[in-house]
Amino acid sequence: MEMIRRDAAFSAGTWFKTAPAVALTVLLFTGGLGIALVCAQTPPQPKPWKTLAEYKKDYGRPASVPYLADNPYSPEKARLGEMLFFDPRLSGSNAISCASCHLPGIAWSDGVPKSFGHAGTVHVRNSPTLLNLAWTEQTAWDGRTIELEGHVKGPIANPRVMNQPHDQLITELSAIGGYRTLFKAAFPSDGITIDNVVKAIAVFERGLVSGEAPFDRWIAGNERAISEPAKRGFLLFNTKANCAACHSGWSFTDSSFYDIGLADADEGRIKILNLPSMSHAFKTPTLREIGRTAPYMHDGSIPDLTRVVEHYNRGGDVKRESLSTDVRPLNLSKAEIADIVEFMLTLSAPAKPYPVPVLPMIDHAAR
Amino acid sequence: MHRYVLPVLVAAVAAVSTYALAASSTVVQSDKKFSTTEMTISKGDVVVFKNDDPFTHNVYSQSPGIAFELKVQKPGESSDIKFDREGTGEVRCAIHPQMKMKLTVK
Repeated sequence: MEMIRRDAAFSAGTWFKTAPAVALTVLLFTGGLGIALVCAQTPPQPKPWKTLAEYKKDYGRPASVPYLADNPYSPEKARLGEMLFFDPRLSGSNAISCASCHLPGIAWSDGVPKSFGHAGTVHVRNSPTLLNLAWTEQTAWDGRTIELEGHVKGPIANPRVMNQPHDQLITELSAIGGYRTLFKAAFPSDGITIDNVVKAIAVFERGLVSGEAPFDRWIAGNERAISEPAKRGFLLFNTKANCAACHSGWSFTDSSFYDIGLADADEGRIKILNLPSMSHAFKTPTLREIGRTAPYMHDGSIPDLTRVVEHYNRGGDVKRESLSTDVRPLNLSKAEIADIVEFMLTLSAPAKPYPVPVLPMIDHAAR
Repeated sequence: MHRYVLPVLVAAVAAVSTYALAASSTVVQSDKKFSTTEMTISKGDVVVFKNDDPFTHNVYSQSPGIAFELKVQKPGESSDIKFDREGTGEVRCAIHPQMKMKLTVK
């Protein structure tokens, strides 16, 4: 039961078949030396599929959250960052907060295909969950920013998103006594600056980590934590369905960039990194809490998980040059697709209410 | 006509000889990692990038002096790059940006 089948019927780890059997011998004669150079290209040997126990080891949760050396954790920063995150006064209209597109009640996403920004502007892409981004170097769907600390500043000033010039934000925050106190506690040397706004929010967001899910209890040894279909789905996920080629590790993402064959004009990462393979490429999202972050994909074009797996099962919809070689017809049955969906639903922790912080208000005393 | 044959042959042989005599190092891509995080080579040396993963890779560098792009490498493929200029920089995989190594050409 613990061993995974390796017979032909189950061998849709088709990378073994696609590896080119190339053996090249080149003989070069040099002028007077007559040196011969022989090169051989050997395809990678098929890696045997692992045991279920070995697969489980690939998904263990980390012991701690990583913070940057120049922006270490402090409870004062995390508290301030949480308030700023939920404060609509960070936007030019004073109506949009970070939480407008990243709601704690929807696993820090927003439940619509594309979010609404300043004055109802529709965003270019879907708002992804903020969970587990402490483990991601390239942030945003196209990886245009580095670390959360590199990302936070952009949406605040973006006219399509929050439309708040940074200098005006600092003026507004400086007029609020409660924030002056909070910034002084978190950043004693320089107080209210845009860089400190960014650092505080980034520290708060790094702490947004998906909770212990039934899947975690299963790999820890509780066989009753998930259903038998979900267990079958986990094996399919790692083998025939090839999901783990990209959705790997404890957060079920390799934080890499792929064209998955969506019929969408958005060219994705190639606008950031001008290489052909980056055409229509987007970052692999986490699958933690995936059951609560619909709709799916960078364009929010797929409404449910069954249709997501069906998309991959047919090898994507657009067969262009940049299509990832890991996206190919999978020949999954309906029952197998249902098992994979059942497995993915085990990646959500029991939902808990999230208390929104009380925000500091303007000073009412005469100046 | 024959007077051109010998110089052309000599030039071709010289070019091939130079390449054949260049020192060669190999960087293997496995488990979405490079086999080394840092490498120093001499100007004119060749680096062989070999994809031992079951995944496609796209190795490149945009650092001054060592800039190159290998295009997409399917599983099992190897590609040679000869570095003719001095430089130091980062080599990465475009698809898997966590794959990175420092390359110095002296």
